[in-house]
Amino acid sequence: MTSAEEASRPFAGLSDVSIPDIPVEGDISLPVASSARDDEFSTLDEPVKETILRDLRAVANKFVHVLYPKRSSVLLRDWDLWGPLLLCVTLALLLQGGAADSNDQGGPQFAEVFVIIWFGSIIITLNSKLLGGTLSFFQSLCVLGYCIMPLTVAMVVCRIVLYTASGKVSFAVRLVVVTASFGWSTFASTAFLADSQPSNRRGLVVYPVFLFYFVIGWMILTFSP
Amino acid sequence: MSAGSRNTEPWGGFDDNLIQGGSSAVIDMENMDDTSGSSFEDVGEMHQRMKEEEEVSAEAAAAEDDGADDGEFLGMKGLKGQLGRQVADEVWQAGKRQASKAFNLYANIDILRPYFDVEPSQVRSRLMESMIPVRMISFPQKVAGELYGPLMLVFTLVAILLHGMKTSGTVIREGTLMGTAIGTCFGYWLGVSSFIYFLAYLVNAQITMLQMLSLLGYGLFGHCVVLLVTYNIHFHLLFYAMWLLIGGLSTLRMVAVLLSRTVGQTPRLLLCGMLALLHMSFLLYLHFSYHQILEGLLDSLEGHNMAPIQRVVRDVPEVTLNATVRSLGGMLMAQ
Repeated sequence: MTSAEEASRPFAGLSDVSIPDIPVEGDISLPVASSARDDEFSTLDEPVKETILRDLRAVANKFVHVLYPKRSSVLLRDWDLWGPLLLCVTLALLLQGGAADSNDQGGPQFAEVFVIIWFGSIIITLNSKLLGGTLSFFQSLCVLGYCIMPLTVAMVVCRIVLYTASGKVSFAVRLVVVTASFGWSTFASTAFLADSQPSNRRGLVVYPVFLFYFVIGWMILTFSP
Repeated sequence: MSAGSRNTEPWGGFDDNLIQGGSSAVIDMENMDDTSGSSFEDVGEMHQRMKEEEEVSAEAAAAEDDGADDGEFLGMKGLKGQLGRQVADEVWQAGKRQASKAFNLYANIDILRPYFDVEPSQVRSRLMESMIPVRMISFPQKVAGELYGPLMLVFTLVAILLHGMKTSGTVIREGTLMGTAIGTCFGYWLGVSSFIYFLAYLVNAQITMLQMLSLLGYGLFGHCVVLLVTYNIHFHLLFYAMWLLIGGLSTLRMVAVLLSRTVGQTPRLLLCGMLALLHMSFLLYLHFSYHQILEGLLDSLEGHNMAPIQRVVRDVPEVTLNATVRSLGGMLMAQ
């Protein structure tokens, strides 16, 4: 503290000055406009219902784009993972409880489906990035997740069919429905993913997607309550 | 952190922002540390100017007053003051730099990029070549070092295994069907590759880990074909014939490549014998462990809850075709 005393002695004349304050204490005038700028982008003050509805509308919009797959960039521009999560949880819940011996296999099936979908998507995304794709990680995840929707619809249909009919007829119907939705899913996801790949490697990217939806389709087809 | 200080004096001099007040909200802390004796009056003047600023911008100052009572011990406004903010900013930037360095080092998938640099035609030709044993073993055969083909083949094998397990109603007591399939296939690919690489290292064979992974991965193509056919057409004799023919061909190809890269009789015997043994027995294992021949197989596809039947060794008197792949089987046979 001696250095401070030495420093303060010559300052005795300036009695209204407190030296430690000058160097480090700032009365900074912030531009007043900054607070107004924040209010425009802040969505903290809106009611919760509005926030949820906005997200739900975005998700529903993307569902529509999956149902009619054209070359559009909506899924890519505003990607979100709500839709994939909803679909994954729905599918996993519907697939629950079907097993040859339900005591042993009822539990793991939810986790099984969840893990398959997410890790499968991650691996396909990594593969497409390594092959020279231009999509970002989360954009690919978003596309692959949304394109599970036809398979989820097929699962619902299969469950209904299993309750109403049984035997060869039900199997034939389920086979047709699952095959159609599997083809639809693969086609929809390639419509979004293929543009980002160099043209000669499209097949290399499409094959794992095909395998992925095939495995999911197989799980749906062989489901028995 | 200095906003446009262009001074040359050692004590920092006067920045314009101190005087004008409205343009910038940053005061350079580095310049404030110096309390050398030559600038007392100037410091006093500076303080006077700052007081004037304070009167002009009273509303902004009111916001700052919230932190006035904190951190008095240092004569600053503590964590909420300017110094605190700058320190926090520095810490954040340093942390961000560290994290992105670590991320770029470890999570950089570009390390794997050269191994995925393939064209579809290359993959196709390598798949075909994996069934054709090479004749010349006097000089080292070329092994493609890519990972796309092997990885896709392992996943295909997983899918086929899953198909076989589901169709035959296999009950897995601990774990799940998917976990078992993935664990088996990846475990075989990675484990046996590492083991053979280790043996190759012991006997000084000229093969790298990547090449071994690639070789074994492409060797699984034969397994995929055999299992795809025999999980759907349950005919023991057919399985044994395909096991010998297709399994044998892909094993011979791998063995020939290894022979061409090893010197000495005993090392060759050890390495190639081990690989042949493991490869052929894996195919046997896959067929018999995960696939039970059940009479009335069609029942399992009709949604009845069936108790799994114990596996019994028996001769299947006729060919039982799986309903789901009746057409697929026809297509395969036609090819």
